[in-house]
Amino acid sequence: MELAAKHFKASAAKALVDVQLQKALGNVEKGFIGKRQKAAAALPEFDALRDNARDIKNHVLAHLDLYLEEYERKVTASGGIVHWAETAEDARRIVLEICQKAGARTVTKGKSMITEEIALNDHLSANGIEPVETDLGEYIIQLRGEHPSHIIAPAVHLNKEQVEGDFRRVHTHLPEGRDLSDPVSLLGEAREVLRQRYFAADVGITGANFLIAETGTSVIVTNEGNGDLTQTLGKIHVVVASIEKIVPTLEDTSQILRVLARSATGQDMSVYTTFSTGPKRADDPDGPDQYHVVLLDNGRSAMLGTEYQDMLRCIRCGACMNHCPVYHAVGGHAYGSVYPGPMGAVLTPSLNGIEETGQLPNASTFCGRCEAVCPMRIPLPKMMRHWREREFERNLTPLTGRYGLKFWAFFAKRPKLYRLAVSFGVPLLSVFGGSSKRFRSLPFAGGWTRHRDLPAPEGRTFLQAWAQREALKQEPAQ
Amino acid sequence: MSARETVMGKIRAAMGVKGPDEARQATVATRLRETPAGVIPARAQLPTAGQLELFCAMAVQFGATVTRVSDYHEVPAEVSAYLRTRNLPSEIRMGADARLVKADWSSEKTLEVRHGASDGGDLAGVSHAMAGIAETGTLALLSGPANPTTINFLPEHHIVVLDARDIRGDMESVWAKLRTDLGKGAMPRNINLITGPSRSGDIEQTIILGAHGPRALHIVVVE
Repeated sequence: MELAAKHFKASAAKALVDVQLQKALGNVEKGFIGKRQKAAAALPEFDALRDNARDIKNHVLAHLDLYLEEYERKVTASGGIVHWAETAEDARRIVLEICQKAGARTVTKGKSMITEEIALNDHLSANGIEPVETDLGEYIIQLRGEHPSHIIAPAVHLNKEQVEGDFRRVHTHLPEGRDLSDPVSLLGEAREVLRQRYFAADVGITGANFLIAETGTSVIVTNEGNGDLTQTLGKIHVVVASIEKIVPTLEDTSQILRVLARSATGQDMSVYTTFSTGPKRADDPDGPDQYHVVLLDNGRSAMLGTEYQDMLRCIRCGACMNHCPVYHAVGGHAYGSVYPGPMGAVLTPSLNGIEETGQLPNASTFCGRCEAVCPMRIPLPKMMRHWREREFERNLTPLTGRYGLKFWAFFAKRPKLYRLAVSFGVPLLSVFGGSSKRFRSLPFAGGWTRHRDLPAPEGRTFLQAWAQREALKQEPAQ
Repeated sequence: MSARETVMGKIRAAMGVKGPDEARQATVATRLRETPAGVIPARAQLPTAGQLELFCAMAVQFGATVTRVSDYHEVPAEVSAYLRTRNLPSEIRMGADARLVKADWSSEKTLEVRHGASDGGDLAGVSHAMAGIAETGTLALLSGPANPTTINFLPEHHIVVLDARDIRGDMESVWAKLRTDLGKGAMPRNINLITGPSRSGDIEQTIILGAHGPRALHIVVVE
């Protein structure tokens, strides 16, 4: 998709008045939060598992080169082929070559954010190969020519009436009078239509939740089973995955799996967790003849050793966006980037540069819920703050903000002057605030007061209130 | 320079790795050799009988149905009964698993047993699991001629036979069993961990069973 992060403010304003979108977004708050809470509470070891999951990924990142080497050795030993891709363009080219060599006309796809990141579908289509998304949500948005608005629930921005409209528009071979009024009938129709596509496809493309160094195995986690049909029925299975998906062992995978599904959908386990190692064996009655892995860097190695390294622990569960008040208000498309929400606000500037994406780390209230629920304990607000600092250093923030900060900094660096100024200013504002104790408008603060009142100061400065509190503590008890 | 060398070079440069790094190599080798287990939830750390009960309860909680029989000879009749009560044709697809083949299918006169991989035309498939995980009611199935992967996903009804002796408390214990059965580092092409029937919540977050995989998962535990 085309990066539109710099239009975040305008897109967010549109999203706020989009009636269909606002109705659909209600499902995010209703569904995900309670389910995660219940699942986490039901497992006494949940927080200990989060700590261990964090430690496992930190260990991997500190030894990433060695684990990648081991992983590659094991994939090769099991008959698979590893391809290295430095950029998105390299990955697109490699996948296209594999498809072209096989004479592929259609490819089926399991749900994969990494193939969104490299814009694979457009590239295949432009070269005469039809990509067919098989995850229900991905299938729906592909019919609409849209991109996922959520990393695990790509069609969460839609209501069932919209899906019905799309199915009637596209599935013209089916009777017009059929009943599509509920999600069950919609799912049934998608199942029938896609069944035929699995068998017709030459290549199946999936992402990977984990790459296991010990065994050279890729792991996908799904609820629908579409990823499994995609990779089992195609003659060729192509896995596209980024380098930080590596975990050392089967045991390490199990540790992280326990926090993944609970954080994502509130399930103890997703329905299907599939471990794939190489192509069809000599005595296998089914499975792909070829097994390829495209290992993508695309800016991740540049995050190692920086203040953004912790972001490479992300397992793409979506909990941060499910708990984000900004995401709840505007949905995923407003971010204008492949990865929305808090994790996207940190990752997107790393992948695309802060120049084009500066509004994303600013699209946060720093309420801290994302970090509180992150199964990998990624300090998302801290990293958004780092991006704001980078943005400021490079003079990318708007002029009013910059001058405002400079004005404040002038006083902040001179404590005596600061105290003098506020000791006059605060009582004055308190008087102007009047009996309502709030301002309906203020010069230079229209951005705030246009939408809400500004509370007036209470008559004392913070430092005065603090000094009084300390003085009270010093008084001996009566 | 190849893409591999470029990416590896960038990773090593970012981490400040120069020259031979025997200490790091030793750390990695130890981890891969010793495969430490980590945090194991207490939930399934039970005696064998308790693990069996927990497995059955969790499987039902996540949408499967469970029947317990006392011998492999009872499996064919149980499969027939399952098909009959759901008004399904008396046909199944099954792999070459020795434990399944050995059960006496001739007792079910009207049951048609098709062998090999599924071609998508089967309404019911029968597999034998390699293990069950009590913690989450999860089945572990291995690919191969004994239990072709397509049977796990294409039929609308998936019937899985599980030997109660193969139930373990947690996933980590299943990996230990796998290493004993196949040898360390050896993997089948596919391991499918299956917890309940296929489902989707992609339309308005409403959970519906029977997305692309089986609509129903029936587990027959042989005690």
